[in-house]
Amino acid sequence: MQHDSVGYWKATLALIRNVLIVWFVVSYGLGIILAPALNSIKLGGYPLGFWFAQQGSIYVFVALIFYYAKAMGKLDEKFDVHED
Amino acid sequence: MGLQGITYLIVGATFALYIGIALWARAGSTKEFYVAGGSVHPVLNGMATGADWMSAASFISMAGLIANMGYGGGLFLMGWTGGYVLLAMLLAPYLRKFGKFTVPQFVGDRFYSKGASTVAVICLLAASLTYIIGQMTGVGVAFSRFLGVSNTMGVFIGMAIVFVYAVFGGMKGITYTQVAQYCVLIIAYTVPAIFISLQLTGNPLPQLGLGSDMAGTNVALLTKLDQVVTDLGFGKYTTMTRLSQLNYFVYTVSLMIGTAGLPHVIVRFFTVPKVRDARASAGWALVFIAILYTTAPGVAAMARLNLHNTTYQYKIMGNEKAGVAQVDDLDLFDSNNNLVYEDRPAWMKRWEVTGLLKFNDKNGDGRIQYYNDKNESIKDKAAAAGWAGSELTVNRDIMVLANPEIALLPNWVIALVAAGGLAAALSTAAGLLLAISSAISHDLLKEKFMPDLSEKGELMAGKIAMACSIFVAGYLGLNPPDFAAGTVAIAFGLAASSIFPALMLGIFSRTMNKEGAIAGMLAGLGITMLYVFAHKGLFFIKGTEFLGLFGGKANFFFGIEPNAFGAIGAVVNFAVAFAVKRMFPAPPEEIVALVESVRIPRGSKEIGGAH
Repeated sequence: MQHDSVGYWKATLALIRNVLIVWFVVSYGLGIILAPALNSIKLGGYPLGFWFAQQGSIYVFVALIFYYAKAMGKLDEKFDVHED
Repeated sequence: MGLQGITYLIVGATFALYIGIALWARAGSTKEFYVAGGSVHPVLNGMATGADWMSAASFISMAGLIANMGYGGGLFLMGWTGGYVLLAMLLAPYLRKFGKFTVPQFVGDRFYSKGASTVAVICLLAASLTYIIGQMTGVGVAFSRFLGVSNTMGVFIGMAIVFVYAVFGGMKGITYTQVAQYCVLIIAYTVPAIFISLQLTGNPLPQLGLGSDMAGTNVALLTKLDQVVTDLGFGKYTTMTRLSQLNYFVYTVSLMIGTAGLPHVIVRFFTVPKVRDARASAGWALVFIAILYTTAPGVAAMARLNLHNTTYQYKIMGNEKAGVAQVDDLDLFDSNNNLVYEDRPAWMKRWEVTGLLKFNDKNGDGRIQYYNDKNESIKDKAAAAGWAGSELTVNRDIMVLANPEIALLPNWVIALVAAGGLAAALSTAAGLLLAISSAISHDLLKEKFMPDLSEKGELMAGKIAMACSIFVAGYLGLNPPDFAAGTVAIAFGLAASSIFPALMLGIFSRTMNKEGAIAGMLAGLGITMLYVFAHKGLFFIKGTEFLGLFGGKANFFFGIEPNAFGAIGAVVNFAVAFAVKRMFPAPPEEIVALVESVRIPRGSKEIGGAH
């Protein structure tokens, strides 16, 4: 059986790119580059930039991997390249 | 029963558990020795990866460094978790589909050359050995405290135990043992954190406690901490960065891509049955890791506050156990508030034995002054108070182990933390030694020099390689290049600059040829080693630093410290690879076909033997 392997790879790369954008924004963006500015906002007792660097980015990372795994599972089915 | 008795009891019980499991699942064939038959459930695999991953650096050392670095410590937190996102998306599923079980095998096949695989072995050994040096530092701290001996003695005892431990079983033993170790270490880490968070803020979850008000007041814990540390001349906790925002950024990149390039972590993703499971496994691993990593900032900040509180006779925020109430508007520069050395708590005495905590009564008043004596702006105040310099030296690597003692928690909690620290250090050391032994015995000896080596001979060679690595790492661990987590960060830099780019190019570039990949790896590893050795000494041997060659100024490359240089090394690796690629022929057709097939999940098979 012939799969659309070019289309599958394109879709995969697009998904990876989207996830990486979020990954970059929460850690490097909000946790480092914008952290000094964000620190004037408070999340409970946390300055927001500090929170992103030491708490928030980790929660987002976990969510991102599960989102990716699920979305890839769907892509595999759509392009009929899934296992068994 | 006294503290020492309870500690022996709990540590002994956990060890009996690990050894029991290892015996129960003793490895048979070589294949089982390395990958446990490719049949481990993603959740269990995630836990085992967590234990493998969270070493002495994460458990023992990291929170202590964060306590010292404040906001800047976030680079460890983001770096060592964010890398899993890269691992899950960019490497794990494809390496699993490829279906061999070591990194050099992938590099060798993809770049159709034994030379490439040998270079990969060298990169792997450089990163893993450096990593083990960091572990040995941590093992030394844990054992010296646990047995009440000097730090040097602790390292020697640790070497012996790690040796017995790692040579004992293979990955199968290790996989299930590591699930048990994960449970021990996560309980050991979170229980004291919950106690302390409750004590200080009334909120049991340290993740929330760190963002709460101090118990019985309306002052946020972080605000209080900021105020205490800045009053004493230290950097402001919630904003102090690591050298510069640029260095912070680069350091974080280095740890993230190093995570995705470390052989003993990657090898974990070969042990799940399917490509789909490889993706999920990375997610589960990160869940279990995140439990510790989101607790660590709370542990760090609270330990810091408790330490300062101790040196002020608990007057900064009071301590119920000690029967002291908080004193409002405490004058930190009144020596009468300083702790009298003779009245120091028992934990200080215990750590003085190890040599990792020292008191030097510079002004001869018999009291402990602990502040930042390098800060000009508080110099006058300190002089007026009759202080002659900070008198307490606390090795950062002891903070986590000492944390429950500092907070005056019950003895069983202190004993539990000791057991957790030992579990963390041993499990990672074992996983790394396995990566080293398979690299040497299989990828180097069997594949290159002695093709007719028997399975038995291969196992034996692997064990000899383990013994040598422990010896070298232990020796260097006696005079470590940095604190445990700092040394481990260097190991990540080496992996980041060499292995990660090679794997990425192997999967995402169909046209990358062997010449490009080999040149890239050598350039990335070479330049990173050069920068690190210039600062830390040739092969980390003290006294052989050669910064003078580069003008004698530390961090001469845009103020980036050696621990963070791996990210720059990776950029060099990619650049060299693409430049060299143009000068040589494209890879053969079957390699292009191999890359195509690796990208498609269907057709993944159980990992066969390597032969």
